[in-house]
Amino acid sequence: MTDLTKLTIAEARDGLKASKFSARELTAAHITAMDSARGLNAFITETPEKAVEAATKSDEKLANGEAGLMEGIPIAIKDLFCTKGTLTTAASHILDGFTPEYESTVSANLWTEGAVMLGKANLDEFAMGSSNETSYYGNVVNPWRRKKDDQPLVPGGSSGGSASAVSSNIAMGATGTDTGGSIRQPAAFTGIVGMKPTYGRCSRWGTVAFASSLDQAGPMTRTVRDTAIMLEAMAGFDAKDSTSVDMEVPNFEAALTGDIRGLKVGIPKEYRLDGMSEEIAALWEQGIEWLKSAGAEIVEISLPHTKYALPAYYIIAPAEASSNLARYDGVRYGLRVEGDSLDDMYSRTRAAGFGHEVQRRILIGTYALSAGYYDAYYLKAQKVRARIAEDFKEAYKTVDTILTPTAPSAAFAFGEKGDDPLEMYLNDVFTVPASLAGLPGISLPTGLSADGLPLGLQILGRPFDEETVIRTAGVLEEAANFTAKPDAWWRG
Amino acid sequence: MSLDKATVAKVANLARIRVEENHLDTLANELNAILGWVEQLSEVDTENVAPMTSVAEMQLRWRADEITDGGYQQEIVANAPSDEDGFFAVPKVIE
Amino acid sequence: MGMIIQGVTGDWEVVIGLEVHAQVSSNAKLFSGSATEYGAEQNTQVSFVDAAMPGMLPVINTAAVEQAVKTGLGLKAKINNFSVFDRKNYFYADLPQGYQISQFLQPIVGEGILTIDLKDGVTREIGITRLHLEQDAGKSIHDQHPSMTLVDLNRSGVALMEIVSEPDMRSPEEAAAYVKKLRSILRYLGTCDGNMDEGSMRADVNVSVRRPGDDLGTRCEMKNLNSVRFIQQAIVYEANRQVDILEEGGKIDQETRLYDSVKGETRSMRSKEEAHDYRYFPDPDLLPLQFDDAFVAKIKADLPELPDEKKDRFMNTLGISAYDAGVLVAEKEVADFFEDVAKGRDAKLSVNWVTGEFFGNLKRTGKTIATSPVSADALGEVIDLIKDGTISNRIAKEVFEEMFDTGKSASNIVEEKGLKQVSDTGAIEAAIDDVIAANPDKLAEYRGGKDKLLGFFMGQVMKNTGGKANPGVVNKLLKPKLDG
Repeated sequence: MTDLTKLTIAEARDGLKASKFSARELTAAHITAMDSARGLNAFITETPEKAVEAATKSDEKLANGEAGLMEGIPIAIKDLFCTKGTLTTAASHILDGFTPEYESTVSANLWTEGAVMLGKANLDEFAMGSSNETSYYGNVVNPWRRKKDDQPLVPGGSSGGSASAVSSNIAMGATGTDTGGSIRQPAAFTGIVGMKPTYGRCSRWGTVAFASSLDQAGPMTRTVRDTAIMLEAMAGFDAKDSTSVDMEVPNFEAALTGDIRGLKVGIPKEYRLDGMSEEIAALWEQGIEWLKSAGAEIVEISLPHTKYALPAYYIIAPAEASSNLARYDGVRYGLRVEGDSLDDMYSRTRAAGFGHEVQRRILIGTYALSAGYYDAYYLKAQKVRARIAEDFKEAYKTVDTILTPTAPSAAFAFGEKGDDPLEMYLNDVFTVPASLAGLPGISLPTGLSADGLPLGLQILGRPFDEETVIRTAGVLEEAANFTAKPDAWWRG
Repeated sequence: MSLDKATVAKVANLARIRVEENHLDTLANELNAILGWVEQLSEVDTENVAPMTSVAEMQLRWRADEITDGGYQQEIVANAPSDEDGFFAVPKVIE
Repeated sequence: MGMIIQGVTGDWEVVIGLEVHAQVSSNAKLFSGSATEYGAEQNTQVSFVDAAMPGMLPVINTAAVEQAVKTGLGLKAKINNFSVFDRKNYFYADLPQGYQISQFLQPIVGEGILTIDLKDGVTREIGITRLHLEQDAGKSIHDQHPSMTLVDLNRSGVALMEIVSEPDMRSPEEAAAYVKKLRSILRYLGTCDGNMDEGSMRADVNVSVRRPGDDLGTRCEMKNLNSVRFIQQAIVYEANRQVDILEEGGKIDQETRLYDSVKGETRSMRSKEEAHDYRYFPDPDLLPLQFDDAFVAKIKADLPELPDEKKDRFMNTLGISAYDAGVLVAEKEVADFFEDVAKGRDAKLSVNWVTGEFFGNLKRTGKTIATSPVSADALGEVIDLIKDGTISNRIAKEVFEEMFDTGKSASNIVEEKGLKQVSDTGAIEAAIDDVIAANPDKLAEYRGGKDKLLGFFMGQVMKNTGGKANPGVVNKLLKPKLDG
């Protein structure tokens, strides 16, 4: 039999429906792959028994012709989604032992559509990071290595475990969350497809919050079609989330028409950063050419406030986080470090429970909201954010989608970005503006670096127009014909 | 604007994160580097710009006044580091 | 009348402002679907949202919005069609989110007016600054465990209206009148049950003193006072404390103070004060709260008659005195009861019976209107029996007492005990003759000019008839006979 882990979700779905293999067989193949890939540290918690149980049910449903969109498809769930009865950590020490009594809406939607959970994927602590180096449960390793050496590379972040698991064929898909690029950047670093839908498209209920006005769940898969299938299963209106949008979820797969003739694709000139690597510039140029030859009209656009997106983001996200993370106080769940008084218990618990990057962001956020500084930092940043959103609104008067690189570089090695947090923050330079504006964006692999590492391009769209984004991505994917795969060194 | 040690200590206290005295300087430097970088926001003209408060153009939805939740004490305290007879328990607070 | 404290150096005026926290009457909480009923077992009225479990999100309760608007209208206040929920960040064991969702810069209700009722029918207008919606916290219990504080989150997330007054009050009596009037309005509106002993209504009291006519002095705040009596006591103590400091050349520190109702004093909570910085910012889990004018208009159309309007009506259309009207409308239950009694009956007689005999008997038997064995209809029957001359006022009082004790109707008691008033002139004349015959010496004294003895004879006749004689008839017949 063919290696079932190499199938796409669409292929597996068709294979299951045609009874070429069972959901149990499909799941078993992935459990074996998961067993052999511990070196990647992609999972915080593996749930093989639950997977087999779910696959068994899927086989019944398949037999009865009741298959859901993702029936029998083994996936990883970023450990930021609360899963009933399964440890949920946000990769933080402070959630030690936390076993939710409830299920996040997004994961519940996936189970309704028949998906099978292999386990909870590793991530940056509370999704704060761009390299998956801040997890309490250790670094996730990128399946890809440079041609020239065996140095382990970061998978990107914060959805690093999800990216690594999908890239290494442990899982057919994974949930991610994207606050400033946490789906798109790791997708680019590991050579897979990742999509952040429009803010409000996927419910935030039951997902551990980082920055409420930015957090958005999305799929990470190996093809654009799989992303379309999985997004449809995850998305949907949820009355429990006041920011969830009451809108029909379209058949995203049907958007893959392969036809972008006449489509206007914007190229923002402000994204041509000084000192942009030639490799990235060439990748972008190539992308433009492919879309042009497919019949799209390329339009140069201006997003004048692009430069201010990162600093605005690094005020807004930490400010919201400082408040969102106040609930981790050692009273109702998770870690408690005893102290002489209630306040002493809080301070010790939070000092021991949060890692350095999380503490740093909480402190920045606390400061940005404090008396006397609110106007200069938080309010100013929210106003700048409004300007950035206006920029996009203006641009979408003339274009349908926007094409940019996903990240300024390929995956880097552990520790390479040093101790300077600002250098790390720059990773998100191309992804953050759309996050601030709440727009949908997809990253897909379109080429390799000179070192043999995957590079990604990003397509952004209008609010709630994921279909056009997916359609454009489909065409780009076909043109790029990205077939490179990492050597499965981790199996050794 | 620049953060000194005392301000970092005050902020850490507001955030209820215990920071050792000998770590305050390093932290102040890190935070100052970030805040210094953020300074560039002042270049943006935001006169007459309303701060962005929500991404989607939609109205707040209201729930009906119905009892649809609660009534599961055991699930509420199930993850508590310390609980007593259905209460959460914390170190004694002296009023 | 303002409270003036006479110091050695001159007079001091007391200035008081109140922030009242009133629990919104609703089935479910402000942002979750759990119940709000008082007195449930610990942590049984708690959802994952109220316990601030990871990933939980708020969704606003329609009733909270309606009740806030209704209350705003009752306070003749400006209703803001656009308001914003903010997070107020601080740590406490019974604040699970680490922040309270409240409204800071843009509240749902703006400026309004509350008319307070003082002694002798005097009224004063007190300014309302604002009303906003916010979440209640849970409850910390410090005395149930030797080494731990226990936390119950049943109240966590219950909807509160914080109603802030202007610093317009000048005496403890005015503050008391404000709280009572506010409670009365909330109960009329049905937006808060006003039960202070269950914590449904609590007040933070701001007190400062100044020389009459000066600018406002530095204020101190006393939090969470849960009775009108404590509010008054705290103000008196605090105002005098401040005057003592100022008279000695000292300065008032703006601070939060705790009122100790056992010792009857306020004391500094400075130990807990350490630089509060609530870091308010708009809650990103919620959008601004918006509604249109039609929503407000509909609530306005359904607004019940409020105490001030009711009082005016009682005075103007029923001819009741300002004092009596004030007493009747203070509690909606009383006003409703009175209106049932007075329907189609003599208004003044009804007032006297409700505020006199009815209240007296409630007090005697420890009952309330809700538990009273005598209904408005039953009291009405008593009044009818007096009116048609079936029983005298005096007999009626005895009958009424018995109605309270037995639950029987007035006519039943009158029937059973044969208490029907005697108006038959023949019978009464006979009784008068008997009395006169039995008291020749008193008659002589009367005729000698001691007019006061008329009362003696009257009493004897009534006694002679077992109280059943119609006093009006006795009066009419007695005098000519005595005069000869």
